[in-house]
Amino acid sequence: MTKNRLDATVLTLGFAFLYIPIIILVVYSFNASRLVTVWGGFSLNWYVSMWSNQGLMDAAWVTARVGLLSATFGTILGTLAALTLVRYQKFPGKMLFSGMIYAPLVMPEVITGLSLLLLFVAIGVDRGFWTVIIAHTTFTMCYVAIVVQSRLLTFDRSLEEAALDLGCPPVKTFFQITLPLILPAVISGWMLAFTLSLDDLVIASFNTGPGATTLPIKIYSQVRLGVTPEINAICTILIALVTLGVIATSIGTKRAEVRRIRDEHMALRTGS
Amino acid sequence: MADTTADNPHANPARWLVVAVPYLWLLLFFVAPFLIIFKISLSDTAIAMPPYTPVFGGWAAISDFVSELDIENYLFLTEDPLYFQAYMSSLRIAAISTFLLLLIGYPMALAMARAPNSIRPILLMLVILPFWTSFLIRVYAWIGILKPDGLLTLALQTIGLMGPDEQVEIFRTDTAVFIGIVYSYLPFMVLPLYAALEKMDNTLLEAANDLGCPPWKAFWKITFPLSLPGVIAGSMICFIPITGEFVIPDLLGGADTLMIGKTLWTEFFSNRDWPLASAVAVVLLLMLVVPIAIFQNQQKKVA
Repeated sequence: MTKNRLDATVLTLGFAFLYIPIIILVVYSFNASRLVTVWGGFSLNWYVSMWSNQGLMDAAWVTARVGLLSATFGTILGTLAALTLVRYQKFPGKMLFSGMIYAPLVMPEVITGLSLLLLFVAIGVDRGFWTVIIAHTTFTMCYVAIVVQSRLLTFDRSLEEAALDLGCPPVKTFFQITLPLILPAVISGWMLAFTLSLDDLVIASFNTGPGATTLPIKIYSQVRLGVTPEINAICTILIALVTLGVIATSIGTKRAEVRRIRDEHMALRTGS
Repeated sequence: MADTTADNPHANPARWLVVAVPYLWLLLFFVAPFLIIFKISLSDTAIAMPPYTPVFGGWAAISDFVSELDIENYLFLTEDPLYFQAYMSSLRIAAISTFLLLLIGYPMALAMARAPNSIRPILLMLVILPFWTSFLIRVYAWIGILKPDGLLTLALQTIGLMGPDEQVEIFRTDTAVFIGIVYSYLPFMVLPLYAALEKMDNTLLEAANDLGCPPWKAFWKITFPLSLPGVIAGSMICFIPITGEFVIPDLLGGADTLMIGKTLWTEFFSNRDWPLASAVAVVLLLMLVVPIAIFQNQQKKVA
């Protein structure tokens, strides 16, 4: 009993530490007063002024496009990388390949950002929208690879083998059997890639150019000037979007998982 | 796996593409930049755009190229004690933060692993959710709390722990940096620890208990050694990026908070000294080679 109470205390304190700052941030986005310490009553003023802040809205639009495109490219490349890691037993340079997948996960962002920028300059590419997308694709694909890899490791290959035995071409087998089975992991990989892109300040700062100011770059430049409730408002919207997205995917993938297990059972039973 | 022949990437062009596309992408956009950064760190600063003398521009002139390389930037790093202090201070802050993260994260992960099966997914979700919300937003949230006229001062004044004229002096100090780092990286520490602790076989602890081993001793003899892979993974996942951290020391730290990520940023964006910034990055990378190798080894074992 004392052990349970201790555990409960630890978890309560831990989660309080994790959540109280975010809750405060959200609450103060509805504060009528400009001062952080003064509660001036409930107000949606900051949301209105945020909406009419053209710079902020432009940055949000750039970020949304960068996020959608780089998450999509990152998911395609990451899924291929995961297949390579799990399905290809040995090929020349496999060590280097897995190193290239794991290293970006922990690499300090200043190093990744600066080195990629120097590549773009060396090959004479102007920095802007597409260089940010390439940068984001490169680091998000590694996260996607890890997520999809863990799904592939617990993958039952009997259905795939059955399709191949029956003469289904490998590419068709992938799209008809493998992809639907790993889809929940691919979707959560995409979600992760999208939020990582949405979140990134450092790598984008190095690789951006005129007309491609992303939301974190915009927020950062305003935060350096001080705390404003308008920033709280845009942060609250981002938090709400991400939270909804995470909850929706986790419910969605759980349902898909249940259906998948049922289908697999059915297929195996009718097959034997 | 049984069908190793079918796994041969040369057997089918489509199968070969699966490997080639991500492989070439990473070679071009992850490995090649490191070679370039290394080369540029060996070139002179020039007042031009880009602000360094081109090291490229003719693969034929290799002898020219080699004679143009110089280690001036690296010498400069050793001459100015500021850089050495920044590296040391980064390592110190990263080491202390990682220790604090273990101290806070371990009890949390253990409590989660011991929680009833029914609530574990919810607890896991609660740890993962902050990890999805923006890093920048979470650091920003602390500015409003820690600044002298912020919410912490107000709270302490309200409950009477602080006089109305007093203010919390944490914002723009190393303490604020530690708070920001521990707060931002806590999910990264808790998740690998939880993954290791959750897999643990409880019968071992029961056996120890039956044989009269006190709980604290059972923890150090059984639980902790078995969770060591999680401890190493979590520590590396936190330690390596914290060493190069920029956003937290910049927004929460003071002028005297030395961290190499901030130094690199200043060299690049304010002083526009790209070769020197590259040299700073190369040295940082060399310092992190061993921790990164440990991390990769650990990941490979898990996978």
